[in-house]
Amino acid sequence: MRNLFRSRVFWIALIGSIVALLLPLKVSGYILGLLTVAYYFGVFSMAWDLLFGFAGEVNFGPTFLIGLGAYAAGILNGYGVPVYPCIAAGAVMAVIGGVVLALPALRVRGPYFGLTTLVAVLIMMNLIVVFAGFTGGEIGLTVPDVLSVNADTNYYIALIFMIVSGVILYALSRSPVGLILQASGQDPVEAGALGFNVTKHKLTAFIISAFFSGLAGALLVFYMGTASVGTLVSIAVGVQVIIAAVLGGRRTIIGAALGSIFLIGAGEALRPFGELSTLIVSAIALLVILFVPSGLLGILTRGEEHA
Amino acid sequence: MLALQILVDGFAISALYALGATGFTLIFGVSGVLNLSHGSLMVLAAVAAWAATNELHVGAYLAALFGIGVTLIGAFATYFVVVRPLQTSRAIPKEETEIFVLTGTLLWGTMITELIAYFFTDNAKTVLPIVEGVVNVFGVRTPQNEIFTAIVCWVVIGLLWLIVNKTRSGKAVLAASMNPRGVTLLGFELSRIYVAIWAIYGVLAGIAGVLLGMFLGVSSYSAGPLTGSAFSIVVLGGLGSVSGSLVAAYVVGYLETVTAYMISPAYRFIPALLLLVVVMYIRPQGLFGRR
Repeated sequence: MRNLFRSRVFWIALIGSIVALLLPLKVSGYILGLLTVAYYFGVFSMAWDLLFGFAGEVNFGPTFLIGLGAYAAGILNGYGVPVYPCIAAGAVMAVIGGVVLALPALRVRGPYFGLTTLVAVLIMMNLIVVFAGFTGGEIGLTVPDVLSVNADTNYYIALIFMIVSGVILYALSRSPVGLILQASGQDPVEAGALGFNVTKHKLTAFIISAFFSGLAGALLVFYMGTASVGTLVSIAVGVQVIIAAVLGGRRTIIGAALGSIFLIGAGEALRPFGELSTLIVSAIALLVILFVPSGLLGILTRGEEHA
Repeated sequence: MLALQILVDGFAISALYALGATGFTLIFGVSGVLNLSHGSLMVLAAVAAWAATNELHVGAYLAALFGIGVTLIGAFATYFVVVRPLQTSRAIPKEETEIFVLTGTLLWGTMITELIAYFFTDNAKTVLPIVEGVVNVFGVRTPQNEIFTAIVCWVVIGLLWLIVNKTRSGKAVLAASMNPRGVTLLGFELSRIYVAIWAIYGVLAGIAGVLLGMFLGVSSYSAGPLTGSAFSIVVLGGLGSVSGSLVAAYVVGYLETVTAYMISPAYRFIPALLLLVVVMYIRPQGLFGRR
């Protein structure tokens, strides 16, 4: 416990959370809306970081899990199912999809796992367009219900959801399970020789990652009122999730959330540059990767043992 | 009749896929790099050729050469600005280099496409074809440009085969793709081979991009799908295996053409993706993969 209070990550997260909790008193509804989306993306990135940073598996298809949760919840809601059961169904669906994807994919190593997950996204994008009758196709799916019409309420739902997810994922990553995951990520053979069931642990990590991705995806649908390939499933969205995690500092969980907020904030701050804003954000991200590969949190916690 | 149409149309598309994927797989085979800016570089080639004719008013041949030249520079920039610094960085652990190279090239690709969209808008552009007109092939009306595309692709692939199998530096490249460590032990400078391979890659991607621009036209939106198709062909054929990607290019090309003609263009990409998943599960090293 004393370690916790000494670690800079803890204080950064605590101060960040307090500032975020007080923000609605100060800033406009527009910024709150942006941050709400950023918090959901924060959960996407944290879930991804658990899989990459700790289990050592590169999931190129975070949006496969996000999309499953989002579309399952949205489509069910269209049939008159109330919001909260829909969200639960979205999370369950993402877990089921995650298991179906992970069981065979985890048999293969290295880049092949990533490729399989990437292909899963491509197939999903095609299927969404083909079954446009159910999914709304390229135009997108409109859901009848929303979480709340109040911007402040939406903001707090997203923020608290992110904080709770962050605490759970962070605690998990520092738990014995997290250590075993880290070991199996770095040297699966040795971890296996020490008696740990590597595949079982990685599958667990994948399921947890899928659960949070699906849950956040479903919540995001009921915040935005729509789901579309461009906003939730496309490769570009997946790339944003990955970049946020790498930018914030991989293997830190909290960094992933910071990275997401930074990315969305930077995109907004650079809006005056119009079409060049994406270029500038990409360039900044590339510079960070080239020169500070440990990410934003890496800079903030430089010199600490467990950065 | 329909069968012939599919046969002829599929051939040109597949040849283009094959050319596009060859350079991609060569780089992976030699240096283990998956270059996710591949699609952007191909778009760069086509847009450069397009700009050469429309802004500089040069002829079709010169424009094509200009496109290839610009892509060669782009490929070198990719290697020297992004890939090499990431590979040699001390701050990045060895086992994570892969993900950093992937993320880095992806960002680099995004920057290229954004720049193109900024200066030349993201409207679709068609490069002035070198040959025009239509001929009858087995009773199928075929644009000559399509035949030209197929021929150029195969001539270039043939030349590549000659270089790799018959010249000394080519053999070194081939050997490096089989066993990089072995080649260094034989006294070859691996970094020189890398530069050579990126040069070959730049030329191949340039030619493929310019031909694609003449054949189908490109826009900055094509970059993602182009990388995706190169990716799936290379995985299907076996990462790093050039002959594998040639076969896979034809499998994917024909599968897509058959689907587009027989079922619906909307389903075009699905069978190839499903095949890819099946191959991943049954034979993850691909049809002709070694590792």
